[in-house]
Order: sequence, then structure tokens, then C-alpha cells
Amino acid sequence: MTRRHDGTLHVSRREVLTLGAGTFLGVVTSWRRVTLQAPDSLPGSGPSGRLWDPARAGRPLPPVTAADNDAAIQGIEKQIHCTCGCNQDVYTCRTTDFTCTTSPAMHRRVVALAQAGKSGQQILDEFVHEHGLAILMAPPKRGFNLIGYLVPPVAFLVAAAVLTLVLRRWVRAAPAAVAAAASGGPDATPEELARLRRELERLPS
Amino acid sequence: MTVLGNLALWLALLVGVWGALAGFVGGLQGRPDLAHSARRAVLAMCGALLVAVFALEWALFQHDFNVEYVAAYTSRNLPIFYTWSALYAGQKGSLLFWATVLSLFGSLALVLTPRRHSDLLPTVAGVVALVASFFISVMLFGHANPFHRLPYTPLDGSGLNPQLQNPGMVFHPPMLYLGYISITIPFAFAIAALLSRRLDADWLVAIRKWTLLSWLFLSVGICLGMWWAYVELGWGGYWSWDPVENASLLPWLTMTAFLHSVMVQEKRGMLKKWNLALIIGSWLLSIFGTFITRSGVISSVHSFTQSSVGYFFLGFLIFAAASSYALYVTRLPLMISEARLESMVSREASFLFNNLMLLVIAFAVLWGTLLPILTEAVLGVKYTVLAPWFNMVIIPLGLALLALTGIGPLIAWRRASLPNLRRQFAVPATAGAFTLLVLLVGGMRDPYPLLAIALGGFVAATIVQEFARGARARHRQYGEAYPAALGRLIARNRRRYGGYVVHLGIVMLFVAFAGMAFKTETQAALRPGESVSLRSPYGHTYTFTHLGISQYDALNRQITAATVEVRRNGKPIGFLTPEKRQHVDGLGRPTFQPSTEPAIMSMLREDLYGVLGGTVNGTEQAVFRFTINPLVWWVWYGGMIVAVGGLIVMWPGGSPAARRSQAGYAVRLVGTEEKA
Repeated sequence: MTRRHDGTLHVSRREVLTLGAGTFLGVVTSWRRVTLQAPDSLPGSGPSGRLWDPARAGRPLPPVTAADNDAAIQGIEKQIHCTCGCNQDVYTCRTTDFTCTTSPAMHRRVVALAQAGKSGQQILDEFVHEHGLAILMAPPKRGFNLIGYLVPPVAFLVAAAVLTLVLRRWVRAAPAAVAAAASGGPDATPEELARLRRELERLPS
Repeated sequence: MTVLGNLALWLALLVGVWGALAGFVGGLQGRPDLAHSARRAVLAMCGALLVAVFALEWALFQHDFNVEYVAAYTSRNLPIFYTWSALYAGQKGSLLFWATVLSLFGSLALVLTPRRHSDLLPTVAGVVALVASFFISVMLFGHANPFHRLPYTPLDGSGLNPQLQNPGMVFHPPMLYLGYISITIPFAFAIAALLSRRLDADWLVAIRKWTLLSWLFLSVGICLGMWWAYVELGWGGYWSWDPVENASLLPWLTMTAFLHSVMVQEKRGMLKKWNLALIIGSWLLSIFGTFITRSGVISSVHSFTQSSVGYFFLGFLIFAAASSYALYVTRLPLMISEARLESMVSREASFLFNNLMLLVIAFAVLWGTLLPILTEAVLGVKYTVLAPWFNMVIIPLGLALLALTGIGPLIAWRRASLPNLRRQFAVPATAGAFTLLVLLVGGMRDPYPLLAIALGGFVAATIVQEFARGARARHRQYGEAYPAALGRLIARNRRRYGGYVVHLGIVMLFVAFAGMAFKTETQAALRPGESVSLRSPYGHTYTFTHLGISQYDALNRQITAATVEVRRNGKPIGFLTPEKRQHVDGLGRPTFQPSTEPAIMSMLREDLYGVLGGTVNGTEQAVFRFTINPLVWWVWYGGMIVAVGGLIVMWPGGSPAARRSQAGYAVRLVGTEEKA
């Protein structure tokens, strides 16, 4: 920063940029400090025991059981659509905001069916029997439903085949078009063409 | 102020309808008086809509709860930041936001477009005025007026949905809206070119920046949406193939296809029909996305409440699609290619296959999104089509697209010879094969992540090779130091090398997506002092120890926060403080159900993600879900790199030679060269 003869300050572009970058870095580094959690402000919050106001923590939850973490149960639940309107699978819904009461009920049903000795497919069939096919996260890959799965790859194959054929036709047509253009001759003198070629060579590829 | 807002809306509608009429008639009949009038109408409409926005913001900040919209989306204790963003938090406000931004973009296009395109501008003004008038009509006649008053005045408003009270939601919707809205400008130029029969490369030059701007806004908007979903919703992911997410992806895919194929038209004078169809299609898809979000026709967590507004959009979509493509079909004979494809192995052909892949992906996404409606119509059963279907169908297509991202830039324009191909592919193919080998030796067997990372290695190598060759050439030719050569290389051909930077960002995104295949998680109910351990894919063992729960008040919420100590292989590395939040209004009354606020510890290789589910019987024994998400930061870095690449491409300037070659200068030289 320099002082001009008229007393005003001259700030260079570099100084402004440096100041801007410094401010930005300062804000970024201090962000975490600023957003740190505030200390306890209410009586009754302590290292152990009961909460001051359990209602604030949402619906009381049961302790986690082994079935909640069972990979096989989770695998089944990831194929079942939660009916609470969240558009998620049962596993994701029940482990996301924990306010939903639908997905825990569906989870208990899956666990009960599994404990009754049913296989994964049988559990899914049971859910389909009770709620219809819409209960699955994706339609089963059989019968008419296969169309839903096959249309995109078939569309790709057909489009690729058509594109290849069209390109081939274009490539075959190219020499004829070039010959026609050559026989007709461009609207330019040989000098102009030579100048054009020199200009072209100067262009980056 | 609501009277002023209503008046401004009516004024904007009247001026907009006049602008549309004057624009189309002035453009078709070549009448300069009407052309000027249309231009001024768009500027006036913009002014009137800005007044309406000001009136609504005034009502929001004044807590005028007699206004239904203000009562529905704000409360007295809502932070100022979110009071401002309530403008587009609801259906009615977002319609006003749409119309205003569109008129603003339209005004900018009319003011900033160079004079040599002036004969297109009346029609551009007409299209912008027509589309904006449609949005205003929906507000005024579709029961979506944001200035509607209640018969009573509540003491306080309902407040903003807790999930929307996140910085991501302040920036994500407007970015996405800006992307959707700005597509209207290239579309307007396309319609103007069709109506005026000026279908050379000139109109493309006029819309180049707008197309890029729109694509950039969409890219940033989509990435911000992913970030918001990840840090706010608590399910530990960033993309769930929800219909509204899909709707934002559709125009992005077609715009990406256009940005590639337009190069073929600029360089070779080919694909004129294709490019026009892509621009029209992209705009229609942006309206389709708006229809999906606002109609409630497809179940989505993002949707606004179901209302009659959807029918307006459906009608407008059908009208716009029919009229645009009818006009397009009548002009097909005028769109004759100026050059021929010379070889199947050429950059032009590779761009076409890249376009094919992008459009097939767009079609697959659209097909999956509409499948529930189609099955209901055909079978009478509304199927659910969500993540498992999309992952099965889209991932293979996405991997093929990633491969083409690397292959395209390696093939020469017009015709590639075998020695040229060998020279170009040697290093990238070796890099890809080496990456694959390392992963296999490292024990990775999952085919999709394996392919994604190996192809990522291949594409990254092509990009590095392009930069290295360019910088080396400058070093040799001009004697520049390598860093300076690299900088000037990018500065002299921003479009090409900015594009490579975008490709690098895309590679990072694909690698990051592959990382999510290895996420691990567990649930645990822990008393203070108890721990649970989780092993990461990198072999580390993380131990989470519950230290206790605090409850305290914040501005508009009551917080229950758990403090969890995190150790990696026994060494403490920090704390996670996941929360449950009960939002309250200004009178202390609960406004929504308690929401979760995940705690995230981000590292370069993996994220630790903790969610507090709740407590057991009102004690400090808390139910947690802990997740290890590999490579999530790469999604955000990849997104940033895509945005930086887009900015490089858009940055004004570049070499005059590059500008000439982009403007279709080389097109007519095919015949002359052959003869010579």
C-alpha cells in the first residue's frame, strides 16, 4: 500500500487479492471454531443418568439387538420399500432419522419371519403377498417385468447398430461427395486456395 | 406490500403477453418497431417481477403471517439466512423465483448479445416472454399466488422444514433453478434460428456461453444437492435415484451430449439437426423436471405438495414439445451437413458414440422414472422402481461412458491412422491395465468398482498425456518453462483443456462412487463409557466411545447432542457430536418432528458418519448408527474440479486462432483440400 501525493492510499491489485485470500482462509479456518457446540445450558444434563427432557430426543427407542445388525436381515430389508412415504428401503428408513414407526414395524416382521425359518426369498414373497409387488424396491426380474429391465440395454444395442450403419453409409458417401465437390470446383482461385492452406496450417490442430 | 406484489404480477403478465406477441410478429415480419417493443417488454417484465420479489421478501422479513406463504414457511425465530431463502422454499415462491430469474436472464441475453445476431433477438424476446408469462399465469390462475392472504392472522408461522435449514439448501435449489431456467435462452435462440431459417453455425456462437452457463449451474446444483443430502438427511449417502434427482440429471445428460456434439458442428459443419434436437430436448426435459417436482404424479420426497399446478405444466409441456418439434420438422430440409464423415475411426464418430451413450443413459433414467406410471397404466399395478433397478441398469452404461471419456480425445479429427492410435493409446492403456493389476493384487474382486477405478486410471492417463504433450510442445517451440507452458497452454485453448479438467473431475466422481461399494456400518445402543468398533476397508479399526448426552437450547431449536470419542487403531483422533433437534416456533411450541443431525468426520480416504437415533427409555443410553464411507470427499473435490473446468471453458478470451476454428471456419475446406 502506498500513499499518493494527494494523500489518498493506492492499493495494488495484488494486495487486494492477497487480502481477499487471507480473509477467505481466515473464515474457513475459523469456521469450525465458530460452529463448535455450545456448552450445556440447562440444569439436569449430566455425564450419566436420565435426560433432563427425554421428549426432546424423540421417540424412545428399544436397545439394539443382534438382528438389527444381521447382514442377512439387512440384505432382505434393502429390497423392501418402506410404506411411510420416504421412498427409501426399510433398512435405510429405520436407521436414518429414527422417527418413523412404519419401518421398525416392517423390520420386526422381517425378523419374525426369519426366526420362523423362512428364507430371504420366502420373506420377500410373504411381503409381496401382503402388500403387492409395489412393496419391492424393484420389480422382480421375471415375466412381463423383464421388459422393464431389458428396454434400456436393448435401446442401447439398437441405437448403436443404427448409428454404426448410418456412419458406414456416411463414410461410403464421403468419397463421392468429395469427388463431386472436386469436379464442381470451389469458388476460389489456386492462389486463394494456397493462401487458405497456409492459413490453415497456422491453426492449432 | 402484497397489493404491490399482486399488481406487479398482473403488470408482468400483461407486459409479458404483449412481449411474446410483439416478439414473434416482429421477428417473422422483420418489423423493427415491434422488435424494440418486445425487447422493452422483457425488460419491463423483469422490473415488475423484481418488484414482486421485493414485496414477497418484505412480507417474509416483516413476519406478515396474514400472508399464507409467509405463515407456511417462516416463523419469528427463523434465522435471517433462511427467512431469505424461504422465497423459493415453497411451490408458490419458487414459481415467482423461476419467472423472475428467467426474465432477468432474458434481459441479459437481449442486452449482451452482439449486434450481428440482432435479427434473432425479437424471437428470443418472444420466447422468453412467453415462457415467463406461463409461469406468472400458473401463479395467478393455478391457485399458486404467493401473495394470497389468510382470513385470520396466526400468532406465529409454521417455520421452515428443519431439513431445509442447512446452508446446502440455501444454495442448492437456486443453483438448480438457474440451470433449468438458463436453458431457456439457448432454446429461445434455437427457435429463433428455426423461425428465421438462419441455421448456420452463427446461432451456435450466440448461445455457446449460455449453454455452458446452464450446464455449469446444473452441475453445481446437482453436486450441492448431493452434499446437502449427505450432511443433512442422515442416511449416509448422496444419491438415491429419487424421481426429482433423476429429473435434474436428465437435462444435464442431454446438455453434456450437446456440448460434445456442438464441437462437431463448429469444426465440421455436421450434426446440425442433432444439435437443434438436443437443445430443444434439454429445455423440454427441464420443464419435465419442473412438472415432476410440482405435480406429485410420481412419489418423491422432494416434491412440493400435490396440486393442480402439475396439470398446467403437463399442458405446457405437451404444447411446447408439439410446437417446437413441428417447427423443427418443417426446417429439416434446410439443415444440410456441410461435410461428410471420412472414417469410422475419427473424433467425430467417437463424439457420436459418446452422444449415444449419454442419451441412452438419459433414456434409461427417464424410463426408470416413468416405469411406475407405465406399469400402473398397462398392468394396473404401480411398481416401485428405485435404487436397485437404477444401479443394475445405469452402472454398466456409466462405465461404458467413462471408457469413451478416455477414448474420444485420443482419436484424431477426420481420420485416425493405426500408428497414430498405437502412439495415443500406449500410455493410457498401460496405466489402466496397471491400475487393474494393482487392484486385483490388492484383493479387490467386486467387478464394478474394479472396472470404475481401472477405467478412471485409463482416463486420467489420457488427460495427463494431453497436458504433458501440449506443455512439452510449447517448451520446445517457445522455450517456456514447463509450469508457464502449462499455464499458457490452458489459457490459449481454454475450451479444450478446460474440457479435460472437467473430465478429470468426472473421473474423480466415478472413483468416489466406486468407493461407496465398500461402506461399512453398525448400530449400537451405548451407555456412557461404552464403545463399539468398526473396521474400515483400509484395515483401520475405529472405536467409538459414547461419553454422554447434553441438552440445550439454540435459536429456534432444542438440541439433544451425544458426544462420541473416536479412536483409530487405539489413538484418539477427535469427537463426533450427532444431534437430535426439536424445532420450535417463537412461542416455544414444537413445529416439526425431532430431526437427526449427523456428525461427520471427513478425511481424504474415508468419512466417519455418526447418527444419534434416540435414547433408551429417557436415559443416557443412546442408539447410534456409525458408518464408514470411503472416498466421499472425492465426490466434493470431483464436483469442484468439474466446476473449475467449466469456468475455464467459459472464461472470456482465448486465442483468436482458436476462436476462428470454433466458428466453423474450417468447415468448407474439405473439398478444396482434396482438390489441392
